[in-house]
Amino acid sequence: MTPELPPRIDRRLAIKWMLAAGAGALLADRMALGAAAPAPAAARQGYGVDPDLVKAHKPGEYWPLTFTDAERREAAALCDMILPVEGDCPSASALGVQDFIDEWISAPYPMTAADRRPVIEGLAWLEAESRRRFGSGFADSSGAERLALCEEMARAPAEGSEPSAASSFLRRFRDLACGGFYTTPAGMRDLGYVGNVPLAHFDGPPAELVAKLGLAAEVRW
Amino acid sequence: MAGIPVWYAAAKEHPMAYVTPSSAAEAYDVIVVGSGAAGGQAAYTLTMDGARVLMLEAGRNYDPGSETPMFQTPDTAPLRGVATPDKYFGFFDATAGGGWTVPGEPYTNAAAEEGRQFKWYRARMLGGRTNHWGRIALRNGPYDFKPRSRDGLGLDWPISYEDVAPYYDKVEMLVGVYGTNDGLENTPDSPEGCLLPPPKARIGELLARQRGRTLGIPVIPVRRAVLTRPLDHKTLPARLHPGNAKAQRILAEDMQSRAACFWATSCGRGCSIRANYQSTTVHLPPALASGNLDLVVNGMAREVTVGPSGNATGVTYIDKATGREHHAKARVVVLAASACETVRLMLNSRSSQFPNGLGNSSGLLGKYIMDTVGASWGGQIPLLENLPAHNEDGAGGLHVYAPWWLYKEQRAGKLGFARGYHVEFGTGKGMPGGAPYLPDADGRTSFGPRMKEEARRYYGSQVTFTGRGEMIPNADSFCDLDPAVVDKWGVPVLRFHWKWSEHEIRQVAHMQRTFADWIEAMGGTNARRPDPDGTKAILNGGFVIHEVGGAVMGSDAARSVTNSWAQTWDVKNVFIADGAVFASNADKNPTLTIMALAWRTADRILDEMRRGNL
Repeated sequence: MTPELPPRIDRRLAIKWMLAAGAGALLADRMALGAAAPAPAAARQGYGVDPDLVKAHKPGEYWPLTFTDAERREAAALCDMILPVEGDCPSASALGVQDFIDEWISAPYPMTAADRRPVIEGLAWLEAESRRRFGSGFADSSGAERLALCEEMARAPAEGSEPSAASSFLRRFRDLACGGFYTTPAGMRDLGYVGNVPLAHFDGPPAELVAKLGLAAEVRW
Repeated sequence: MAGIPVWYAAAKEHPMAYVTPSSAAEAYDVIVVGSGAAGGQAAYTLTMDGARVLMLEAGRNYDPGSETPMFQTPDTAPLRGVATPDKYFGFFDATAGGGWTVPGEPYTNAAAEEGRQFKWYRARMLGGRTNHWGRIALRNGPYDFKPRSRDGLGLDWPISYEDVAPYYDKVEMLVGVYGTNDGLENTPDSPEGCLLPPPKARIGELLARQRGRTLGIPVIPVRRAVLTRPLDHKTLPARLHPGNAKAQRILAEDMQSRAACFWATSCGRGCSIRANYQSTTVHLPPALASGNLDLVVNGMAREVTVGPSGNATGVTYIDKATGREHHAKARVVVLAASACETVRLMLNSRSSQFPNGLGNSSGLLGKYIMDTVGASWGGQIPLLENLPAHNEDGAGGLHVYAPWWLYKEQRAGKLGFARGYHVEFGTGKGMPGGAPYLPDADGRTSFGPRMKEEARRYYGSQVTFTGRGEMIPNADSFCDLDPAVVDKWGVPVLRFHWKWSEHEIRQVAHMQRTFADWIEAMGGTNARRPDPDGTKAILNGGFVIHEVGGAVMGSDAARSVTNSWAQTWDVKNVFIADGAVFASNADKNPTLTIMALAWRTADRILDEMRRGNL
């Protein structure tokens, strides 16, 4: 099953980057990514010290994204292995988490730039491994095949040995996917966050919970 | 009217409120440099009593009514709103135009090694750092003004708690502070009518309170400048401005336009409904409504000018929009640019009369820079796992804290460090800002439905303890002008020198040990015990953004920069309203004391102007 992905980048943004970066620069970056070592994103600009905090921002607005269409499909499929549809809760890909990861690895900041190469190389490895084993790319493999690969990558390293590159990739990709997912309203709901709504008064924790934890004597104000 | 800045109306009524360098008047009673806690309070007090004030703000105009991201979720921010070098406290943090670096306005450090550096956090916006601060509003206690008399270290202030107490009362009534009176040592109570009720404690805070008792640590409501109910506009204006009908009317109107907290949205984003204190929502609207405040934004003060008599004549400032220099005249100059920026401005105000900088005849300008000592320790508490979902947003920040509790042991010399710290903690199911806590305990990377179940289980079960301790001023922590580096306008920049003493390093080790014990007392486990070497945990100077000192007040002109009124010994019409005059930096967060002293200093200026002494 291939996930139906929401649009990544609108026409306005695409034109902006063509004009800003020049097609040549973008192409050169993309070609470098095709080789073993992805180009650093260091030359790019961040959003600066005075961005608009109120408007809704989209991935790709401040710096160009990295994923090819194929990488994006693969990333979405992996996101959904980590955060699948559950009841009313949408999958990670339906919430655009793959585009957050793309935005992240494409950003010019030190902590994001460090993830660029491991994510691109990890996706390349996963794609090759899927083709080798199942004859189809990761996104086009069956659910059982994808699960088998993920279970293998998720395994704890043998006693006394370092985690494999594939296993480190999954751990990091999992954390990025969770970061993207649980910061959306749907993800927050799924986690059990019920705030961010105006209240007339703040009542503190429910009395039965306070009593259950033996804390009733602490409620003094 | 929530969301509509009052000063728009004020500006309409008094079109001179926002001015440009060319539309500013030629002369004012007072020029106030800076618009944060100190500048806001000084301008408020002066203008409400009729003085004509020009305020210079180096940053841009800022409108909390339209610029505050009140309910935005991280998915609408770049990178899900996480902290980046551009926005150190996260995308939604209110700081504009700065942070640890300000484009075009560098500073330097004399030493390259970690632990010997000072990091300087600046905002370049109207209201300065008050727009983003934690709103923790603690009073200094009686000990905090006389530390040298108590333990022989550091410096005494020339004033006592009793001198400042009436101004703490006034500031609490004006800005609105929640908290309680608990009668604890060196943790002053407030008179009746000063405080607003505290918010209910969160579940993790109740647990910390219960288990803290087993360690002898008291946990009480913290004091924060957040309205837990509307201010009493019927009685407070008359208490704050007796005999001043105009000021009472303006303040009563303004208090009614501030909404009480609606228990959502972190205070660090700022507050468009004006439920917490920031200079832009509390001090500046009534000051502008008085018709006595002119305000220049993007105006970077470069030099306090001095006339032949040795008195200040005004301030030369750079219009950042054009790069051109302008000069404004005044009878009095109040420096409120933040401790280090005020020191820089004074050091750069060199003349034949003051070749080493204005107010520096003692040679102490820039000396005794202090920050707050900081360290954190966190853990996971099984008792807090899988709790039923309930709203823990609360007042957008801290609800309870532990004031310093080991005065007796410290007096007896049992601790190995001379000054105390208080404890702040973070618990609860706050708005997720990233990946949830996942232990991956068996070494396997959890994913899929099982991982989602674990995420729910552990969400809200982590606690973080943060220590905030007193630093003793020392000869190795100071700033001077860098001999080579200038900012983009050619103005020499500050160079910092920093060294923690053994007192701070041992204090940090004590913090870490205490926090680890506390986590165990709450039934949690520590991934490891803290390193007993405090140098591993102590943050660089400046990191807590509580920098004060640099132009300390004293009773002897040879050993201080200002007198007890924050009036420079050398130039009688130059006053300092910000933290530069602090002679010690108690564990209590400095903002409330800055405001109380600024009010006191402004009262003194008004008195002296009326007497014809200024």
